[in-house]
Order: sequence, then structure tokens, then C-alpha cells
Amino acid sequence: MKFIFSYLKKYMWTVGLVMLIKFLGTFGELMLPYILEHLIDEVVPQKQIWPVIGWGIGMIILAVFVRQFNVKANRLAVKVAKCSIYEIRRDLFRKSINLSGRQFDEFGLPSLTSRMTSDSYNVQNFIQSIQAMGVRAPIMLFGGIIITLNMDPGLAAILCIMAPILITIVLFVSFKGIPLYEKVQKSVDDIVRIMRENITGIRVVKSLSKEDYEMRRFDDTNTEMARNDRKAGTVMAMPGPIMTLFLNCGLTIVVLIGANRVNDGIIEPGVILAFLTYFNMILMGVMGLNRIFMLMSKANASAKRIEAVVRASEELTPMPESEAAVPDSDDYIIFDHVDFTYDVGETEEASEKFAGQTREKCLYDIDFRIKKGGSLGIIGATGAGKTTIINLLMRFYDPNKGHIFVDGKDVRTYDKDTLHRMFGVVFQNDVIFADTLRENIAFGRDVTLEEIRRAATDARAGEFIEAYEDAYDHRAVIHGANLSGGQRQRTLIARALAADPQILILDDSSSALDYKTDAALRKAIRENHGDATTIIIAQRISSIMSLDKILVLDEGRCIGYGTHDELMLSCQMYRDIYKTQMGEYGNG
Amino acid sequence: MAKRDAVMKKPKDTKGTLLRLLGYMKEFKWIILIVLILSFASNVLALFGPKLAGAAINEAAAGKGKVNFDKVYFYAGRMLLFYLVSSGLSISISVIMMYLSRFIAKKMRKDIFDKLMRLPVGFFDTHQAGDIISRVSYDVDVVSTCLATDVVAIMTGLVTVVGSFVMMVSISPILAVVSLVTIPAATVYTAKMRKITQPRFSKRSAKYGEMNGFVEEMFSGQKSIIAYAYEDKVSEKFDKINDEASDAFYDAAYYGMTMGPSVGFINNIGLSLTAMFGSMLFMGGMIDLGKISSFILYSRKFSGPINEIANIVTELYSALSAAERVFAMLDQEEEVKDSQDANVLDHVRGTVEFENVRFGYAKDKTIIHNLNMKADAGKLIAIVGPTGAGKTTIINLLMRFYDVDEGSIYVDGKESRTYTRESLRKAYAMVLQETWVFKGTIFENIAYGKENATMEEVVAAAKAARIHPFIMRLPQGYETVISEDGGNISKGQKQLLTIARAMLYNARMLILDEATSNVDTSTEQQIQKAMRELMKDKTCFVIAHRLSTIQNADNILVVNQGDVVEQGIHETLMAKKGFYYKLYAAQFE
Repeated sequence: MKFIFSYLKKYMWTVGLVMLIKFLGTFGELMLPYILEHLIDEVVPQKQIWPVIGWGIGMIILAVFVRQFNVKANRLAVKVAKCSIYEIRRDLFRKSINLSGRQFDEFGLPSLTSRMTSDSYNVQNFIQSIQAMGVRAPIMLFGGIIITLNMDPGLAAILCIMAPILITIVLFVSFKGIPLYEKVQKSVDDIVRIMRENITGIRVVKSLSKEDYEMRRFDDTNTEMARNDRKAGTVMAMPGPIMTLFLNCGLTIVVLIGANRVNDGIIEPGVILAFLTYFNMILMGVMGLNRIFMLMSKANASAKRIEAVVRASEELTPMPESEAAVPDSDDYIIFDHVDFTYDVGETEEASEKFAGQTREKCLYDIDFRIKKGGSLGIIGATGAGKTTIINLLMRFYDPNKGHIFVDGKDVRTYDKDTLHRMFGVVFQNDVIFADTLRENIAFGRDVTLEEIRRAATDARAGEFIEAYEDAYDHRAVIHGANLSGGQRQRTLIARALAADPQILILDDSSSALDYKTDAALRKAIRENHGDATTIIIAQRISSIMSLDKILVLDEGRCIGYGTHDELMLSCQMYRDIYKTQMGEYGNG
Repeated sequence: MAKRDAVMKKPKDTKGTLLRLLGYMKEFKWIILIVLILSFASNVLALFGPKLAGAAINEAAAGKGKVNFDKVYFYAGRMLLFYLVSSGLSISISVIMMYLSRFIAKKMRKDIFDKLMRLPVGFFDTHQAGDIISRVSYDVDVVSTCLATDVVAIMTGLVTVVGSFVMMVSISPILAVVSLVTIPAATVYTAKMRKITQPRFSKRSAKYGEMNGFVEEMFSGQKSIIAYAYEDKVSEKFDKINDEASDAFYDAAYYGMTMGPSVGFINNIGLSLTAMFGSMLFMGGMIDLGKISSFILYSRKFSGPINEIANIVTELYSALSAAERVFAMLDQEEEVKDSQDANVLDHVRGTVEFENVRFGYAKDKTIIHNLNMKADAGKLIAIVGPTGAGKTTIINLLMRFYDVDEGSIYVDGKESRTYTRESLRKAYAMVLQETWVFKGTIFENIAYGKENATMEEVVAAAKAARIHPFIMRLPQGYETVISEDGGNISKGQKQLLTIARAMLYNARMLILDEATSNVDTSTEQQIQKAMRELMKDKTCFVIAHRLSTIQNADNILVVNQGDVVEQGIHETLMAKKGFYYKLYAAQFE
């Protein structure tokens, strides 16, 4: 709740204004029936036409004011809701997109998405309605109590005892509701996840004719969600009627005690009658409060989930240079005896996701250096830790032991963006966005069309892009589905080359290219991007054999490091890979 | 980002939407009837409460020392009883309606998902996951919230309105006519407002879908975004979309929010008019004061629900807009149904023939011009060619993810469209370059293609795919939970899992599209043997760039720009020194 209020703070005055206007509007609204009563009880019996018309017109004028006030208050309330939810979503998005790799894995993509949408919607709903209801309900509740206190403190005492009990019930239930709604929102995560899985894997699902199975799988989650939702709904449905019952019991007691007091001559019977009228008002007030708290319960659960992301501790912040390690040589990229294990997070989400797993060490004592403008090839079995080296170099994670230096500085001392701007990188599962090819290559950087064209040509993408009528303005659809695998990879490589990066990293990014294209690509990189310090991860030995140094990885350990020729002599595994791949040549 | 709005445009048909929405409730018509009766009963009971209280007070009115406490206790006891029953009823009503709305929400979610499963693959290539998901996570929620609370409120409100009106007419028909003026005024007003607000609500839903689509897409590329220091630019783009979504919300609510107060205003005017007119009637001696009093009492009861309904109507409109999006999804064209006399493809032999096949994803852009080829049962067919030549398209056609524009594909001598899709697809096992795993244990992921697979079978497949040692190193072995987005397993490992899945699936025909592109060579060598075992006697279609993998193919199709430019075995193609030769030689440049 605090979280939501922290966003409302800025609009304190507007909210105050809303409440004031709403107060006036509600007051006018409550006044109308009394004017009517007055008109009929007092004015009409005088049998004079002009006072009647006068009072009637007065009522109409008041009605106009009531409408204007209520509309104004509602609109202002909507405005506050709009602005604050805009800010909440803005902060949530900024934070999500900047989460560290570990944090992102922990929350999980489906959950982050549903926090962004479903949860923010719940919060918005709450902000919008609380401003209006938050005025009306208390006015009726406290107004009613004050009036009855004036009439007969003795009888009103019954209400005064009851009100706190009722409010306690409401608070208690709405508090109980929070975890229930959290569960509902978690099921929303699951729904989102299964839908995503099926949307991305539709080809596999269809090819194995697993549609029915998937429908059943979705059905289970759907049932689970409906069950959680019902559970929360049932709990939330209780306080309203129960409170009505309580109040009505109170009313019965009022009648009984009132009868006693009449009998004792303390009050007039009319007082009890008037009590009845105001009782209704108090009842409406309590019901209004109830609705507020029920809404609050749902919003609270969602706010907690949003807050967990927004308030997630800033990880991988730059370290002051005084604390950082100092390199022992002037090489451009240095891995100094690096050990690394993917961490199991400590949050609830993480412990669920990894269900008690402890991950084994990913890298053991990795140690290499690359000169400025030099190149390194990394080769090794699936799961050997090749990509992890990149993850550490770009500081998506911090190593457990050892140090990594880029351009003479510990990577931990760099501002994140400054560090990343040095890189041009293609990941294994890289994405093409639904946008023009030009924007997919430029990727938010200030590069001219000329530079884009050059990069595309080097990446061997120029040819197919320029074959489109609208060339670089051609739009890729979602996940680049209108491009072939090879075209996607070439576009991604063009993205990496576009800003003439100081460091170029290609992580298995030519796997979908035919050899001819791959060779031409390597040649272009060598000739036009020779200054870039290059790291290439590949399965094909031909992609890396001409690089300055090659690192052979096996289950997280470096088992060979040197030039192609050195490795051919010293590294058994490298020799084997070479033989299996290049042996083909002899046969051909 | 202009075309991000993947909203499926359809002419707006509010009445139709409403009818369809009611269609969802049809199934529960008896329950709804019971709810109506219950709410009627509870309203009546609630009316009795004050009456009994009045009776009790009348007894008390005897004055000091003369109160008949027996009677007071009697009425008070009755009051308690009535309130108890009435509360019980209202709990039941809200719980029943809540259950009902959740059932309907569940049904809608199910319908959308089931629909997804019946849509052609092409739909997913052109629609954003986030937008589809927002229909389930946001729109359905809006509809269900509306059903749970508003529908009952409207129905019980109508009961009260009608009841009060009957009472009003019985008291004074003339006055009733006067107060009735408010009804057409309110109706005309809400109808006018609907025209203004409904498109705005539709826009709001669409904008939320758009925002969701953007968010999902950006989150899926989060790592690249960070790597290119693109966060700020992306955030700016999001700000714009967020701004539009917020504006759409504001715009809709700005007008929607006037509805309640305005109808309230109309009612108040009606009340004032009734009071003035009634007073005049009284002065003209046509009505007595008591009647005016009770008439006004009833006309307040009469206008109360109208006010409430006017407030709710806004939500109803937004629910209708949301429902429209749900229904638009449900109206998407499905995969063409199998023809009635479609056969089940069983006892597959595995001959496949393409005859004059022409195909393009868009009608005006042909990818495959005129493809002819024949694959005999048990043969290994390799498809090679430069990237973008149309290799993957061929597979899309084999699996009937798309249907050919012209020409035919024959499987076991018969047009593939004469088979049921399910049986045709089941005849193939497929390993794609784009690996796919879902959140579940490794066991479940491997056993995915084969129901009731035993642990032995799964382990055997994993061993053959050389992923078993890796799995055993995981703390929970085959029970370890993996997920698509969790990143706790590398791409190459995912590929091996997929291969294990295909090995276990064991279909008569096999499609390997760059199946081992991210697997290291030595592992690839190791699984070659198992693959060969797997491929034995099966018709195999293999796409590979490492030409070594396909040298011993029975037929190599060299594809360029959608046409087969050469075909034959490795040796002949090499001797020909044509396109294939060039591709091959390029490996060693």
C-alpha cells in the first residue's frame, strides 16, 4: 500500500481537491432528500404555489451543482489514476529492462509480463475508485454516527461499539485476502507462461499432434487459476453480508433497548424511528468501506508484486576504482583466473524455479589475454561454458573468483552502458524485433544509413535486404518470422558491426549460414573491422582457425590455449575436432 | 512501431457481442433464474425488516411504562430472523455469481486457448504473443468482473424499478407519468454516451494489447537490449506506448465517468418535477399529502437502481469492448478442416513426391516456383542451398503448416491433403534449429512426443542423444525442472534434448532442419551413429550446412531461390562442378 501511496504523493493536492469536490457533491446529494422532505412537510401544507416552485427550482439548481461536482471529481480522479499508473508502469518497465541476468531469470519472463499488465491494471482500478469511494463511505458512516450521537448518545453507543468491530473484520479479511490474491496473480503468471510456450513452440506442438495434450495442460492451469480466484472471491464475498447482518442485529438491539428507554421515559418513540433512517446511511457507509478494502486487498497483492521488481536491489553497480583490481599487463581483454557458478537466487521465485538445485561450477580458472585488435576463438563441447565467458565479459554476472579487465580497467568499474557500448555482439538466441530492418540494425544507436549499409554488406545481409523493394525500410515481423534463419543471423551480425565496435563478439552466430557466406563474412570482418578486438565462439573449426588465439573449453576448464598450429600439436581434443571436420576435405 | 497493433479488425457489432456474451450464460440459465428468485426474495425480506421495525416501534410508542414487551420481543425476534435469512441469501447470491463469473472466465480462457491450437501456424508468425496473451489476462478479466457484480446488480435493480413503478402507478397515475419522463431522457442520454464511449473503450483494450505485445517482445530480447545499451531508447519507446495506453484509458474514463452523475442528475430533476407537480396537484385538491409522501418514497426507490445501473453501464461498455476482442480472437480463421473423407495415414511406407509445387507466404510473393522431387521410402534426402533459398519452406509444406498454392505433394502415393492433418504430422518426427523446451522436468520434455513413455525409454533416448551424462550431473537428474526462459540450460543442450525427443518419438519419416547446428562436432559425431540408427529405413529430409553430414544422402536437392537447380548424389554433383560444387568448396576457403 505504501508503494501505491508513494506514487500518489505527487498528486496529493489533486487528490485533496478531488476529495473536497467529491465531499461537496456528496453533501449536496445527501441534502436533496432533506430539501424534498422539507418541501412536502413544511412548504406544501401552506398551500402557496410560489414557495413550492422556488424550492423546486432550488432543488434543480442543487442537482446541477451535484452533477458538475461529481463529474469534475470523477474526471480528476481518473486523471490522477492515469498519471500515477503511467509512472508506475514506466518505472516497472525501466527496472525490468535493466534487471541483471540473475534477477531476470529469477522473476521469469512470464511473471514480469503479467506484473506489467495484469497487476498494473489492478492497481489502476484501485487508484481510480478509491478517491471517489474513499469520500462517500466515510461521510455516510461518520455523518450517520454523529447525527445519531446527537439524537441519543445511549442508543448511538451501540453503534459506536459496533463500528470498530466491523472495521476490524473488514481489515482482517482484506488482510487475509492479500495472499489469496497473490496466489491468483501467480496463476496468471502460469497462464501467461503456458500460452507463451505454445505460441513459440506451435510448430513442435502441431508436428507431434500434441494439441489435445496442450489443451489439457492449459486446462489444468486454467482450473487452478479459477480455483484460486474463486477462493479469494469467496473470502471477499463474506464480509459484506456479514457486516449487514451485524448492523441489522445492532438495529434490533437498538429497537429493544430503545423500547426499554421509552418505557423508562428517557426518550420519545420518534427517536427510534429516526434512528432507522440514519441506520441505513451508516449501513451504506460500511458497505462502501467494505468495497474499498476488498479492492485494496487485490491491489495490495498486485502492488507487492510490482514493488518486488521496482525495489529489487540494483545489482552489478559500478565499483569505485580504488576497490577494483589492477591489471598486470596492458592487454585489451584479460581474464585473470576466473571461477564462476551461476547463482541460485534467494527470492521465493528463484527457489521455486530451481527447486532446490545447486548449480555446479561453470568455469574453472579461466585465464586468457587478448591484445587490442587481436582475436580469440572459443571452441568446445555443448555446455562447456563458452557463452558464460561472454556473460562475464559483458558483466551480466560477476565472477566468483578472479578478475576481468577491459582496456586496462576492471569491468566492475565501468558504467554499464559505457561498457556495453564498446561491444558489438550476437548471442545464440538473439532476437529480431518487429520493426524495420534499418532499426533492427541501428538498434537505437546514432548510425547513419551509410554505416548501416556498410555493416549489412560486410555481414552479407546487404544483398537480400536490398532485394526488397523498400530495402532497409522493410519490416521484420514478430521474431523475424518473415526472414529465414540465415537472414536473421546476417541481420544480427550487421547489428553487431554497425557502430564499428571496439570489441566484436559472435556467439555461434553463423550456424545457419552456408560455408560460402560464412567465409565471405569472415573475410569482410578481417578486412573492414580489423581494429576490433574479436571473440568468436563457433562449432566449426574453420570459423576460428585463423584467429590469433584459440581457447579450447571442456566442462568449464581450459584444456588448450594457443594458436591453431600450437593446439594441433598440444591439444588432443582440438586435433580430434579438426580431424572430424577437416577430414572431409580429403574425402572430397 | 506502427504495425505493432495486431488487432484483428472487424466491424463493431455491439448487439452481436452482447448476444454472444449472453450465449456464455445460457448454460447457466437455471442458476441465473435461481439467483434472480433469491435476490427477489432477499429484496422483499429486506423490505420486511423496516416494516417489522416499524411495528416494534409502534408497540414501543405506547409511551412511558406502557410498552408491551412481549410484542416488542416478538417483532424483534422476527427482525433478527429476517435479517439472518436475508444475509444468508445475499451471501449465496454473491458467491453463486462469483462462481458463475469465474466459470465463464475459465470457459473463455479455455476457448481462446483451444482456438489457438486450431489456428494455422501462419497466425503465430504474424501476431504478437503479448497481444494474444493480453486477451486472456486482461480482457477476460474485465468481462468476468463485470459479470460477477454488474449483471446481478442490473437484474435486481430492474426488479426494484419495476416493482416501485407499479406502486407509483397505483398511487397516482398522473404523477407516475411525470416521473416517467426521466426514463426516456436517461435512455437517450446513455445511448448517446454509448456512441461516444464504446469506441474509446475498444481503443483502450486495443492499446493495452499493444502495450502488452511490446512489453513481451522487449522482455524476450532483454539481454540484447542491455548488451547494446539500448535500454534508454527502448524505455522511451515504451513511454510513448505507455502514454498512449494511459491516454486511451483516460479518454474512455473521462466520458464514461460522466454517466453516473448525469443520470443521477436526470433523476434528481425528475424528483424535483414530481415534487413540484405533486404539490400543485395537492393544491388543486387532487391528491392528499400522505400519498405524495409515499409516492416520493417510491420514486426514490425507483430512481436508486437507475442511478446504480447508470454507473455500472460504463463498466458494461468496457466489458463489451473487451469481449469484442475475445470474440475477434475466436473468429479467426482456423486451419482448414480435414476434408470429410480424409483418410488416416497409417502403416506409413514413406514415399513423398512434390509435383509442380508453387508456394508463397504472401499471395504476391512466390517463394517456391515449381518444385519437383521424389523421395522413395527409406531414403535420405538432403536439401542444401544458400540461406534464404526456401529450405525451411519445403518443411513447412511437408508438415502442412502451410498448404501449397499450386501443384501437389503425394505421400505414399496419395495427395497429402487427403489425409487427416494429425495422422500426416504424426508420420514425421521433426528436429528444428529453433529448439523448444517448456517448463517441466527433463523427463517430461523428452517424453513429450510419446505418451506413457517409461523411464527406461527416456534414458535410452537421452543416452543415444549423448545428453544423459549431462542430465545425470544435474542435482535432480531427470526430475530437474527446466524452462524456456530460465536460461539454465545451453542452446546446444536444448538441441540434444530435442533430438532425444525425436528419437523416442520414432516416426516413419524424419525431418532434421539444422538439427545439430549448435552442437559441437565431437558430440555430433557421437550422435551420428545413433542418428543413423534412427534414420535407418526411414525417409529422412535433412537440411544441413555442414555438408559432411549429408554426403551419403541418396538424393541431394540443391535449392536456390525456390527452385531445385541440381539434384543427385554427392559424387555426380561434385563431378558436375556446378552450384553444389561451389557450395562445397566454400567450406574450405
